[in-house]
Amino acid sequence: MSGRRPYVRSMSGWWRRDPFFVRYMIREATALIVALYALVLLAGALCLSAGEGAWNGWLAMLRSPVSIAVHVLMLAAMIYHTYSWFEIMPKTMPAVFVGGRRLAATTITMLGLAAAVAATVALFVVVRMLGP
Amino acid sequence: MAEGAKTIAIEVLRYRPEQDAAPVVQTYEVPFTDDMSVLQGLQYIKDHLDGTLSFRWSCRMAICGSCGMMIDGKPRLSCKTFLREFAAARVRVEALAHFPIERDLVAGVDDFLAKLERIKPYLIPREPRRLDEGEYLQTPHQLEQYEQFSSCINCMLCYAACPQYGLDSKFTGPGVLALLHRYNADSRDGGRAERMELVNAEEGVWSCTAVGYCSEVCPKAVDPANAVNQNKVNSAQDYFLRFLRFGGAGK
Repeated sequence: MSGRRPYVRSMSGWWRRDPFFVRYMIREATALIVALYALVLLAGALCLSAGEGAWNGWLAMLRSPVSIAVHVLMLAAMIYHTYSWFEIMPKTMPAVFVGGRRLAATTITMLGLAAAVAATVALFVVVRMLGP
Repeated sequence: MAEGAKTIAIEVLRYRPEQDAAPVVQTYEVPFTDDMSVLQGLQYIKDHLDGTLSFRWSCRMAICGSCGMMIDGKPRLSCKTFLREFAAARVRVEALAHFPIERDLVAGVDDFLAKLERIKPYLIPREPRRLDEGEYLQTPHQLEQYEQFSSCINCMLCYAACPQYGLDSKFTGPGVLALLHRYNADSRDGGRAERMELVNAEEGVWSCTAVGYCSEVCPKAVDPANAVNQNKVNSAQDYFLRFLRFGGAGK
Protein backbone atom coordinates (compact mmCIF):
# COMPACT_ATOMS: atom_id res chain seq x y z
CA MET A 1 0.00 0.00 0.00
CA SER A 2 1.26 3.43 -0.88
CA GLY A 3 1.95 5.82 1.99
CA ARG A 4 1.72 8.79 -0.34
CA ARG A 5 -0.42 11.66 0.85
CA PRO A 6 0.74 14.72 -1.13
CA TYR A 7 0.01 18.05 0.53
CA VAL A 8 -1.26 20.85 -1.71
CA ARG A 9 -0.54 24.38 -0.50
CA SER A 10 -3.06 27.20 -0.87
CA MET A 11 -2.63 29.91 -3.52
CA SER A 12 -4.61 32.52 -1.59
CA GLY A 13 -2.85 35.88 -1.58
CA TRP A 14 -0.28 34.55 -4.07
CA TRP A 15 0.43 37.93 -5.64
CA ARG A 16 1.55 39.42 -2.33
CA ARG A 17 4.11 36.65 -1.89
CA ASP A 18 6.80 38.17 -4.10
CA PRO A 19 7.52 41.80 -5.14
CA PHE A 20 7.79 40.53 -8.73
CA PHE A 21 4.15 39.42 -8.61
CA VAL A 22 3.12 42.79 -7.12
CA ARG A 23 4.80 44.57 -10.06
CA TYR A 24 3.03 42.21 -12.46
CA MET A 25 -0.34 43.00 -10.86
CA ILE A 26 0.39 46.75 -11.12
CA ARG A 27 1.20 46.28 -14.82
CA GLU A 28 -2.12 44.50 -15.35
CA ALA A 29 -4.08 46.99 -13.21
CA THR A 30 -2.62 50.04 -14.98
CA ALA A 31 -3.87 48.54 -18.27
CA LEU A 32 -7.38 49.17 -16.93
CA ILE A 33 -6.48 52.83 -16.36
CA VAL A 34 -5.25 53.06 -19.96
CA ALA A 35 -8.68 51.70 -21.00
CA LEU A 36 -10.38 54.19 -18.67
CA TYR A 37 -8.57 57.08 -20.34
CA ALA A 38 -9.71 55.84 -23.74
CA LEU A 39 -13.27 56.18 -22.38
CA VAL A 40 -12.56 59.78 -21.29
CA LEU A 41 -11.42 60.58 -24.86
CA LEU A 42 -14.40 58.73 -26.33
CA ALA A 43 -16.72 60.84 -24.16
CA GLY A 44 -14.98 63.93 -25.61
CA ALA A 45 -15.58 62.70 -29.16
CA LEU A 46 -19.27 62.04 -28.39
CA CYS A 47 -19.64 65.54 -26.82
CA LEU A 48 -18.01 67.05 -29.92
CA SER A 49 -20.57 65.36 -32.16
CA ALA A 50 -23.39 66.47 -29.83
CA GLY A 51 -22.69 70.17 -30.44
CA GLU A 52 -20.82 73.18 -29.05
CA GLY A 53 -22.56 73.23 -25.67
CA ALA A 54 -21.74 69.60 -24.89
CA TRP A 55 -18.15 70.07 -26.11
CA ASN A 56 -17.61 73.14 -23.88
CA GLY A 57 -19.17 71.24 -20.98
CA TRP A 58 -16.68 68.41 -21.50
CA LEU A 59 -13.79 70.93 -21.64
CA ALA A 60 -15.01 72.59 -18.42
CA MET A 61 -15.22 69.19 -16.75
CA LEU A 62 -11.60 68.49 -17.75
CA ARG A 63 -10.49 71.79 -16.14
CA SER A 64 -11.99 70.98 -12.75
CA PRO A 65 -9.45 70.38 -9.93
CA VAL A 66 -10.74 66.82 -9.42
CA SER A 67 -10.27 66.07 -13.12
CA ILE A 68 -6.74 67.50 -13.06
CA ALA A 69 -5.84 65.40 -10.01
CA VAL A 70 -7.28 62.27 -11.67
CA HIS A 71 -5.35 63.06 -14.84
CA VAL A 72 -2.08 63.34 -12.93
CA LEU A 73 -2.74 59.91 -11.39
CA MET A 74 -3.70 58.46 -14.78
CA LEU A 75 -0.52 59.91 -16.31
CA ALA A 76 1.59 58.23 -13.62
CA ALA A 77 -0.22 54.94 -14.23
CA MET A 78 0.23 55.34 -18.00
CA ILE A 79 3.98 56.00 -17.63
CA TYR A 80 4.39 52.93 -15.42
CA HIS A 81 2.35 50.83 -17.84
CA THR A 82 4.45 52.01 -20.79
CA TYR A 83 7.65 51.14 -18.94
CA SER A 84 6.41 47.70 -17.82
CA TRP A 85 5.03 46.93 -21.29
CA PHE A 86 8.35 47.58 -23.02
CA GLU A 87 10.19 45.81 -20.20
CA ILE A 88 8.36 42.55 -21.03
CA MET A 89 8.47 43.12 -24.82
CA PRO A 90 11.77 41.28 -25.51
CA LYS A 91 10.21 38.15 -24.01
CA THR A 92 7.23 38.32 -26.35
CA MET A 93 9.07 38.37 -29.66
CA PRO A 94 11.38 36.10 -31.64
CA ALA A 95 15.12 36.77 -31.46
CA VAL A 96 16.11 39.71 -33.66
CA PHE A 97 19.40 39.47 -35.51
CA VAL A 98 21.15 42.61 -36.74
CA GLY A 99 24.29 42.06 -38.82
CA GLY A 100 24.43 38.44 -37.66
CA ARG A 101 24.34 39.35 -33.96
CA ARG A 102 21.41 38.95 -31.64
CA LEU A 103 19.87 42.17 -30.34
CA ALA A 104 20.06 42.32 -26.51
CA ALA A 105 16.82 42.42 -24.51
CA THR A 106 17.78 45.74 -22.93
CA THR A 107 18.34 47.26 -26.40
CA ILE A 108 14.83 46.19 -27.45
CA THR A 109 13.35 47.70 -24.25
CA MET A 110 15.28 50.95 -24.73
CA LEU A 111 14.21 51.20 -28.39
CA GLY A 112 10.58 50.70 -27.34
CA LEU A 113 10.81 53.36 -24.64
CA ALA A 114 12.58 55.74 -27.05
CA ALA A 115 9.78 55.20 -29.59
CA ALA A 116 7.16 55.95 -26.89
CA VAL A 117 8.97 59.18 -25.91
CA ALA A 118 9.40 60.20 -29.58
CA ALA A 119 5.69 59.56 -30.29
CA THR A 120 4.70 61.61 -27.21
CA VAL A 121 6.96 64.54 -28.20
CA ALA A 122 5.67 64.40 -31.81
CA LEU A 123 2.08 64.49 -30.52
CA PHE A 124 2.87 67.53 -28.34
CA VAL A 125 4.44 69.33 -31.31
CA VAL A 126 1.39 68.62 -33.50
CA VAL A 127 -1.00 69.79 -30.75
CA ARG A 128 1.05 72.98 -30.22
CA MET A 129 1.02 73.68 -33.95
CA LEU A 130 -2.75 73.16 -34.25
CA GLY A 131 -3.58 74.82 -30.93
CA PRO A 132 -4.81 78.39 -30.44
CA MET B 1 33.51 22.09 12.60
CA ALA B 2 36.07 24.53 13.89
CA GLU B 3 35.64 26.26 17.26
CA GLY B 4 33.80 29.56 17.02
CA ALA B 5 32.41 28.84 13.55
CA LYS B 6 29.49 30.97 12.40
CA THR B 7 26.06 29.43 12.67
CA ILE B 8 22.84 29.98 10.76
CA ALA B 9 19.27 29.05 11.63
CA ILE B 10 17.81 26.97 8.79
CA GLU B 11 14.02 26.87 9.02
CA VAL B 12 12.68 23.91 7.11
CA LEU B 13 9.04 23.44 6.21
CA ARG B 14 8.66 19.79 7.12
CA TYR B 15 5.90 17.42 6.10
CA ARG B 16 5.87 13.77 7.06
CA PRO B 17 2.66 12.33 5.60
CA GLU B 18 2.54 9.51 8.16
CA GLN B 19 2.47 11.91 11.12
CA ASP B 20 1.76 15.51 10.00
CA ALA B 21 -1.74 16.65 8.98
CA ALA B 22 -0.15 19.80 7.53
CA PRO B 23 3.44 21.02 7.07
CA VAL B 24 5.24 22.38 10.15
CA VAL B 25 8.35 24.55 10.47
CA GLN B 26 11.37 23.02 12.17
CA THR B 27 14.49 25.11 12.85
CA TYR B 28 18.05 23.79 12.94
CA GLU B 29 21.18 25.67 14.08
CA VAL B 30 23.84 24.85 11.53
CA PRO B 31 27.53 25.83 11.69
CA PHE B 32 28.73 27.06 8.33
CA THR B 33 31.66 28.46 6.40
CA ASP B 34 31.53 31.00 3.57
CA ASP B 35 31.91 28.36 0.89
CA MET B 36 28.89 26.32 2.02
CA SER B 37 25.73 26.15 -0.10
CA VAL B 38 22.21 25.81 1.29
CA LEU B 39 22.34 22.21 0.05
CA GLN B 40 25.45 21.59 2.16
CA GLY B 41 23.60 23.08 5.11
CA LEU B 42 20.80 20.57 4.59
CA GLN B 43 23.33 17.77 4.24
CA TYR B 44 24.83 18.85 7.57
CA ILE B 45 21.39 18.58 9.17
CA LYS B 46 20.82 15.14 7.65
CA ASP B 47 24.26 13.82 8.68
CA HIS B 48 24.58 15.37 12.15
CA LEU B 49 21.26 16.67 13.47
CA ASP B 50 18.24 14.87 12.02
CA GLY B 51 18.50 11.90 9.68
CA THR B 52 14.76 11.98 8.92
CA LEU B 53 14.97 15.15 6.80
CA SER B 54 14.22 14.43 3.12
CA PHE B 55 15.41 16.41 0.11
CA ARG B 56 16.55 15.68 -3.45
CA TRP B 57 20.04 16.34 -4.72
CA SER B 58 22.63 14.83 -6.96
CA CYS B 59 25.34 16.79 -8.79
CA ARG B 60 25.97 19.77 -6.43
CA MET B 61 26.92 21.94 -9.43
CA ALA B 62 23.71 23.21 -11.08
CA ILE B 63 23.68 20.58 -13.79
CA CYS B 64 21.23 17.92 -12.64
CA GLY B 65 18.30 20.14 -11.64
CA SER B 66 17.35 18.01 -8.60
CA CYS B 67 17.81 20.39 -5.67
CA GLY B 68 15.39 23.21 -6.53
CA MET B 69 13.42 24.58 -3.57
CA MET B 70 11.93 27.80 -2.22
CA ILE B 71 14.74 29.62 -0.42
CA ASP B 72 13.42 32.62 1.50
CA GLY B 73 10.39 32.49 -0.79
CA LYS B 74 12.29 32.41 -4.11
CA PRO B 75 12.63 29.35 -6.32
CA ARG B 76 16.37 28.59 -6.42
CA LEU B 77 18.80 25.71 -6.74
CA SER B 78 20.06 24.99 -3.23
CA CYS B 79 23.48 23.99 -4.58
CA LYS B 80 23.85 27.41 -6.25
CA THR B 81 22.71 29.46 -3.25
CA PHE B 82 25.20 30.15 -0.48
CA LEU B 83 24.49 30.38 3.23
CA ARG B 84 26.71 33.49 3.47
CA GLU B 85 24.07 35.42 1.45
CA PHE B 86 21.71 35.47 4.42
CA ALA B 87 23.06 38.25 6.56
CA ALA B 88 20.43 37.83 9.28
CA ALA B 89 21.83 34.34 9.92
CA ARG B 90 18.42 32.85 9.23
CA VAL B 91 17.04 31.25 6.07
CA ARG B 92 13.78 29.47 5.35
CA VAL B 93 13.54 26.56 2.94
CA GLU B 94 10.41 24.96 1.59
CA ALA B 95 9.52 22.49 -1.19
CA LEU B 96 9.08 24.09 -4.63
CA ALA B 97 5.88 26.14 -4.71
CA HIS B 98 2.90 25.12 -6.86
CA PHE B 99 3.74 21.43 -6.61
CA PRO B 100 2.25 19.12 -4.01
CA ILE B 101 4.64 18.34 -1.15
CA GLU B 102 5.48 14.66 -1.17
CA ARG B 103 7.66 14.78 1.95
CA ASP B 104 9.65 17.64 3.54
CA LEU B 105 11.50 19.37 0.66
CA VAL B 106 10.54 16.77 -1.90
CA ALA B 107 7.94 18.04 -4.38
CA GLY B 108 5.68 15.73 -6.36
CA VAL B 109 6.78 15.92 -10.00
CA ASP B 110 4.47 13.36 -11.64
CA ASP B 111 2.52 16.11 -13.42
CA PHE B 112 5.68 17.72 -14.82
CA LEU B 113 7.05 14.41 -16.09
CA ALA B 114 3.76 13.45 -17.75
CA LYS B 115 3.70 16.81 -19.56
CA LEU B 116 7.35 16.49 -20.57
CA GLU B 117 6.64 13.10 -22.13
CA ARG B 118 3.63 14.46 -24.02
CA ILE B 119 5.61 17.04 -26.03
CA LYS B 120 7.94 14.38 -27.51
CA PRO B 121 11.16 15.97 -26.24
CA TYR B 122 13.40 14.41 -28.85
CA LEU B 123 14.26 15.03 -32.49
CA ILE B 124 11.75 13.62 -34.93
CA PRO B 125 13.88 13.69 -38.10
CA ARG B 126 12.51 15.90 -40.86
CA GLU B 127 13.98 13.46 -43.39
CA PRO B 128 15.09 10.07 -42.15
CA ARG B 129 18.63 9.24 -43.18
CA ARG B 130 20.70 6.11 -43.19
CA LEU B 131 23.92 6.01 -41.18
CA ASP B 132 26.05 5.98 -44.35
CA GLU B 133 24.41 9.26 -45.45
CA GLY B 134 26.23 11.04 -42.64
CA GLU B 135 25.17 13.54 -40.00
CA TYR B 136 22.53 16.27 -40.23
CA LEU B 137 24.27 19.56 -40.86
CA GLN B 138 23.28 22.89 -39.33
CA THR B 139 24.56 26.46 -39.70
CA PRO B 140 25.55 28.52 -36.62
CA HIS B 141 22.46 30.67 -37.27
CA GLN B 142 20.20 27.60 -37.24
CA LEU B 143 21.83 26.46 -33.99
CA GLU B 144 21.23 29.86 -32.43
CA GLN B 145 17.46 29.53 -33.01
CA TYR B 146 17.12 26.85 -30.31
CA GLU B 147 20.42 26.64 -28.42
CA GLN B 148 19.41 28.60 -25.30
CA PHE B 149 16.23 26.51 -24.94
CA SER B 150 18.29 23.33 -25.00
CA SER B 151 20.03 24.41 -21.78
CA CYS B 152 16.99 23.44 -19.69
CA ILE B 153 17.86 21.03 -16.87
CA ASN B 154 14.24 20.26 -15.86
CA CYS B 155 14.76 21.82 -12.42
CA MET B 156 11.16 23.14 -12.40
CA LEU B 157 12.08 26.46 -10.75
CA CYS B 158 10.05 28.14 -13.51
CA TYR B 159 6.93 26.21 -12.44
CA ALA B 160 7.42 27.38 -8.86
CA ALA B 161 7.65 30.94 -10.29
CA CYS B 162 4.52 30.65 -12.43
CA PRO B 163 1.30 31.73 -10.68
CA GLN B 164 -0.77 30.52 -13.64
CA TYR B 165 0.53 26.99 -13.09
CA GLY B 166 -0.09 27.34 -9.36
CA LEU B 167 -3.67 28.48 -9.96
CA ASP B 168 -4.42 25.84 -12.57
CA SER B 169 -2.03 22.94 -13.03
CA LYS B 170 -3.64 22.00 -16.34
CA PHE B 171 -1.36 24.67 -17.88
CA THR B 172 1.48 22.90 -19.67
CA GLY B 173 3.84 25.40 -18.05
CA PRO B 174 7.03 27.30 -18.93
CA GLY B 175 9.74 24.62 -18.81
CA VAL B 176 7.94 22.02 -20.91
CA LEU B 177 6.82 24.65 -23.45
CA ALA B 178 10.41 25.92 -23.69
CA LEU B 179 11.57 22.39 -24.45
CA LEU B 180 8.77 21.99 -26.96
CA HIS B 181 10.05 25.13 -28.67
CA ARG B 182 13.63 23.81 -28.50
CA TYR B 183 12.62 20.92 -30.81
CA ASN B 184 10.19 22.89 -33.00
CA ALA B 185 12.86 25.54 -33.63
CA ASP B 186 15.46 22.94 -34.63
CA SER B 187 16.05 22.84 -38.41
CA ARG B 188 16.57 19.07 -38.25
CA ASP B 189 13.20 18.40 -36.61
CA GLY B 190 9.99 17.50 -38.43
CA GLY B 191 7.64 17.03 -35.46
CA ARG B 192 6.19 20.55 -35.42
CA ALA B 193 2.71 19.62 -36.67
CA GLU B 194 2.30 17.05 -33.88
CA ARG B 195 3.50 19.46 -31.20
CA MET B 196 1.45 22.45 -32.39
CA GLU B 197 -1.72 20.74 -31.11
CA LEU B 198 -0.31 21.07 -27.58
CA VAL B 199 0.81 24.68 -28.22
CA ASN B 200 -2.60 25.72 -29.57
CA ALA B 201 -4.64 24.20 -26.74
CA GLU B 202 -6.13 26.40 -24.00
CA GLU B 203 -3.70 24.78 -21.55
CA GLY B 204 -0.87 25.37 -24.06
CA VAL B 205 0.67 28.81 -24.59
CA TRP B 206 -2.62 30.67 -24.17
CA SER B 207 -2.73 30.06 -20.42
CA CYS B 208 0.38 32.24 -20.06
CA THR B 209 -0.25 35.87 -19.08
CA ALA B 210 3.38 36.97 -19.49
CA VAL B 211 4.21 37.36 -15.81
CA GLY B 212 7.82 36.70 -16.85
CA TYR B 213 9.09 35.47 -13.47
CA CYS B 214 9.92 32.04 -14.98
CA SER B 215 12.73 33.61 -17.01
CA GLU B 216 13.92 35.59 -13.99
CA VAL B 217 14.45 32.51 -11.80
CA CYS B 218 15.84 30.19 -14.49
CA PRO B 219 19.37 29.17 -13.42
CA LYS B 220 20.34 28.39 -17.03
CA ALA B 221 19.16 31.56 -18.82
CA VAL B 222 16.72 29.52 -20.92
CA ASP B 223 14.16 32.35 -20.93
CA PRO B 224 11.05 30.13 -21.03
CA ALA B 225 8.76 33.19 -21.16
CA ASN B 226 10.29 34.01 -24.52
CA ALA B 227 9.68 30.48 -25.84
CA VAL B 228 6.06 30.54 -24.65
CA ASN B 229 5.29 33.98 -26.04
CA GLN B 230 6.97 33.34 -29.40
CA ASN B 231 4.63 30.40 -29.69
CA LYS B 232 1.58 32.61 -29.18
CA VAL B 233 2.59 34.17 -32.51
CA ASN B 234 3.20 30.71 -34.02
CA SER B 235 -0.14 29.49 -32.69
CA ALA B 236 -1.99 32.49 -34.15
CA GLN B 237 -0.25 31.93 -37.51
CA ASP B 238 -1.10 28.24 -37.35
CA TYR B 239 -4.75 29.13 -36.75
CA PHE B 240 -5.10 31.64 -39.56
CA LEU B 241 -2.92 29.89 -42.12
CA ARG B 242 -5.10 26.76 -42.06
CA PHE B 243 -7.85 28.76 -43.75
CA LEU B 244 -5.50 29.32 -46.67
CA ARG B 245 -4.71 25.66 -47.16
CA PHE B 246 -6.79 23.59 -49.53
CA GLY B 247 -8.98 20.96 -47.93
CA GLY B 248 -8.49 22.40 -44.42
CA ALA B 249 -5.68 19.94 -43.74
CA GLY B 250 -4.26 22.08 -40.91
CA LYS B 251 -4.48 20.81 -37.39
